[in-house]
Amino acid sequence: MARISGTSELPVHIRAPRVVGKPAIGVLRHVGRFGMMLAELARALREAKQWVPRALDQCQHVGYGSLFIVLLTASFAGAVTSLQAGYQFTGSVPLYVVGAVVSESIILELGPVLTGLILAGRIGARYAAELGTMRVTEQIDALEALGRNPVAHLLLPRIVAGAVMVPVLTILSVGIGILSGWLAAKAALGITDQDFVHGARYFFRTFDIWYCVIKAECFGLVVTLVPCYVGFTAERGAEGVGRATTYAVVTSSVLILLLDTLLAKVLLPT
Amino acid sequence: MIELRGVHKAFGRQVVLDGVDFTVEQGRTVALLGPSGTGKSVLLKHIIGLLRPDAGEVLVDGLSVPMLGRDELASLRQKVGYAFQMGALFDSETVYENIHLGITDETLYRNTEYSEDRVAECLRLVNLEPDVAWKMPGELSGGMRKRVGIARAIAGRPEYLLYDEPTSGLDPVNADAMDALIEQLQRELHVTSVVVSHDVRGAFKVADDIALLHDGKIRLQGPPEAFMGSKDQVVREFLDRDFKLLEAKH
Repeated sequence: MARISGTSELPVHIRAPRVVGKPAIGVLRHVGRFGMMLAELARALREAKQWVPRALDQCQHVGYGSLFIVLLTASFAGAVTSLQAGYQFTGSVPLYVVGAVVSESIILELGPVLTGLILAGRIGARYAAELGTMRVTEQIDALEALGRNPVAHLLLPRIVAGAVMVPVLTILSVGIGILSGWLAAKAALGITDQDFVHGARYFFRTFDIWYCVIKAECFGLVVTLVPCYVGFTAERGAEGVGRATTYAVVTSSVLILLLDTLLAKVLLPT
Repeated sequence: MIELRGVHKAFGRQVVLDGVDFTVEQGRTVALLGPSGTGKSVLLKHIIGLLRPDAGEVLVDGLSVPMLGRDELASLRQKVGYAFQMGALFDSETVYENIHLGITDETLYRNTEYSEDRVAECLRLVNLEPDVAWKMPGELSGGMRKRVGIARAIAGRPEYLLYDEPTSGLDPVNADAMDALIEQLQRELHVTSVVVSHDVRGAFKVADDIALLHDGKIRLQGPPEAFMGSKDQVVREFLDRDFKLLEAKH
């Protein structure tokens, strides 16, 4: 009887479950481990003496440390939105609409999404690399060996810092974004302050701010939970840490974009 | 007392421990020998519950380690000091904070005066200068990192000390100094110890009993004399390699 030399020669009905099964089991394993990490985080909340001081340190790293790049990006985004709106609307639509386009774009979309994506790179990469290195150099094992809870020591402070500071950074970026858009509109388009404010207020609803904060909170959890999970479960030395870092940034960024669409569909009345 | 009975552990298809029986009596120092990659560190991690056996029992003070709940395991770990192979120092913390984290009693950990005294005492016990406390782990040599790792392991006044390859990566002079340090700690702290090593000469110096891990099983465990007198081919081959080198030097 002829031997079957490779998987590709197997019949489709045998090959298909193998091809689908392995990744499916991998995904289920990650879902299970991620769920267990969430349960551990909830349990670690009671160890406030362990995580509160460290969370304050992390708030400084996430907040103060990211302030410059977040505000820089927001100010460029505001100015560019303003200039592009002016280019499209001049001669066809009243210029006060620029105020509405700039403020609503920044509040609803650019502020939270750009801040989230920047932090996915800055904080996500850092957390995944830090925790991954701690895992492969046995520092996490050492914490456990000392009878200390690594979730309360390492993960919870980082996640709390993200949950607290990302909305704060987002609100600041929104403020700076609108301000830079306003200045750009004044300088390049000659729009008056009254027109800009009129446009901005014309379309504004208080819910817009809540929507922005809800998005920022979700993104804050994504840019900390995913890298923490990926770094905490990293394996196989320097290569594993490198892979974990890349995976953390890519996955966080993709999740931010997915959540952005999902939240727009769920929260915004159309 | 530490007891492992019929412990099996496999990672995927690779069987590492295949029915290990291993005992450490109270107050004794046992050196666990074996070539690199035979599962010595894996065995050590079972004692402190960092790994769970696929089958078999791991008992410390009569408590089954894999069956312990979260809080009980944390309490047990406070009685066991673990010196990791590469130190496993927290590299974003100073040496002081590393050793301070070794004080496992939460009340004492928060007592600044006690903590400062204890960290200084631990540094003295591992023969390091007090000013090392303010260095970062990245500023230390390999030997110093191992010493700080030991200082952290003893900071909580453990009843058991587990050393994972304390002399690996050290030059012969520093390896001898490390062996002397282990002996000194046994004398001063009266702890029950397991020293994982592939350094036969050092193991004979520091241990009351010696065990050889081979092919996932303990091939022989007993006092150094019984080891030296063993006719077991595997034991002889393992011993001869080191002692021949030693004789050749002289």
